[in-house]
Amino acid sequence: MSLLRVERVSRHFGSLVAVDGVSLTVEPGELRAVIGPNGAGKTTFFNLISGFFPPTSGKIFLDDRDITAASSHRRVDMGIARTFQITEIFPELTVRENLRIPAEVAQGLRLRPWLARADDERVRARVDELLEMGGLADKADRLVGELPHGDQRSTEIMMALALKPRLLLLDEPTAGMGDRETYDITTLVRSLHRDQKLAIVLIEHDMRVVFHLADRIMVLAEGAVLAEGTPDEIAANERVQEAYLGKAA
Amino acid sequence: MSEVNRKLAMLAAIWAALILAPLWMPLVGGYTALGTRVMVLGLAAMSVNFLLGFTGVLSFGHAAWFGLGAYGCGLLLKFVALSTPLGLLAGTLLGGVMGGLLGALIVRRRGVYFAMVTIAFGQVFYYIAFQWSSLTGGDDGLRPFYRQPLHLGVATVDILHDSTAFYYFVLVCFAFAVAAMAFILRSPFGRTMLAIRENERRARFLGIPVEMHIWIAFTLSCFFMAFAGSLYALVNNFADPRGLHYSQSGDFVMMAVLGGMRTFWGPLLGAVVFVMLQDYISSITINWQIFIGLFYVACVLFFPRGVLGILRRKATT
Repeated sequence: MSLLRVERVSRHFGSLVAVDGVSLTVEPGELRAVIGPNGAGKTTFFNLISGFFPPTSGKIFLDDRDITAASSHRRVDMGIARTFQITEIFPELTVRENLRIPAEVAQGLRLRPWLARADDERVRARVDELLEMGGLADKADRLVGELPHGDQRSTEIMMALALKPRLLLLDEPTAGMGDRETYDITTLVRSLHRDQKLAIVLIEHDMRVVFHLADRIMVLAEGAVLAEGTPDEIAANERVQEAYLGKAA
Repeated sequence: MSEVNRKLAMLAAIWAALILAPLWMPLVGGYTALGTRVMVLGLAAMSVNFLLGFTGVLSFGHAAWFGLGAYGCGLLLKFVALSTPLGLLAGTLLGGVMGGLLGALIVRRRGVYFAMVTIAFGQVFYYIAFQWSSLTGGDDGLRPFYRQPLHLGVATVDILHDSTAFYYFVLVCFAFAVAAMAFILRSPFGRTMLAIRENERRARFLGIPVEMHIWIAFTLSCFFMAFAGSLYALVNNFADPRGLHYSQSGDFVMMAVLGGMRTFWGPLLGAVVFVMLQDYISSITINWQIFIGLFYVACVLFFPRGVLGILRRKATT
């Protein structure tokens, strides 16, 4: 059974067709990259999967359950977590607090007006683990808004992970990063995929990252699927080279 | 001083000042009843700020729940039972439940639209209180009713004539309400309020049903507000339709902003400043509101974090 199955979804904004009949299946543990020129509809496609807005047509299934009409927070409950192209964090809270909020949501505590000691300790342990994993332990008590861009990106990814997702959607995780930071994030994503067997869909502009990480690649252009296949197939595809890679490589 | 020690020192100072107020207030030209009034208005401003400063939602009609609390308390004392605790209960329930019901209709609105709808609801209650003279006393307000002695089993406390005893009664009520607020803000639910204030989109995509959480925060805030309003009816032995008016809501928002809306205690300090200014300037000119307005504008321009925000920044740098 596929984890995620997207069937011919489209999204129109007035007369603009941002996503045009795109289908995608993601198997458990798979790392899938979505690439394409600017304006190809990649982020809109993510917004449809994560429930930012509903598709104009088409259906979305998680574990064969129709989630096309489910609210975004319901989708999080079911195991879909995402990051954003432009970092979305809680700037005036510390890194620790930023991670604590999703950790509590994941443990079903979000409506609790108080916290038992055992729950509190479990949450703290989980937050420490995430801080460690994201390389943020030494900055845990700083306000996120005051940290460098790279640390903010890492915090956002760790916030998504705090939800214990089964499907992680990363929207250009290395955008605006230097080589060193890009390397760190790539290493992190690879270990999530290899070691934790997390299914990941990744939008990315950095081709080194894409070809290094992805099991399969989907190429979008003008809202529609231009090509789909393994990194080798995509690299060899003439239409892709023409539309996209030709300019970059 | 470390962060924790500084917080403890501030808490100790606040509570010492409140507990000893009947002793020191006469020395600075105040009187105990003024202290009681400031504390109740401060609680109301803190209730507004529970929503404004910690959930990031501006209600500009919160006086409605304050006024409903006052009327609920007054109506019970006047028509139903001669009991101060029951009066408080009735007022708190009336304002809180109405706030919760109407809140459910508007939690999808944001920003200016939310503020506008809350003003509209507030004005509805103002006009009801104003027009329904047979029940509410209309423009003259609701009277006569009097706060009743407290029967504590072993002793009876006359809070009607003994202003110091009444002050301490209000202080105990204040302490319970404020402790409840602080408790909620430190809980997982309280942290989701901060999350919504900081970044609503992020909160939503972390699995927080934002509308539901705003509604709960709004309803809690209405209950605190109505509790403060009930106490205010006891302070004055009177419920005034102007206590429901949007200008009263504006005063509460002003207190919160003056004191510092990102701080827990700021609105109490804001209430102190506001009432002191009002008391002092209105003894000089009847146009005192102009001066409060100017002061407010100056504060927003130069100290957007409020009095306590400034103090805190000074302490950390």
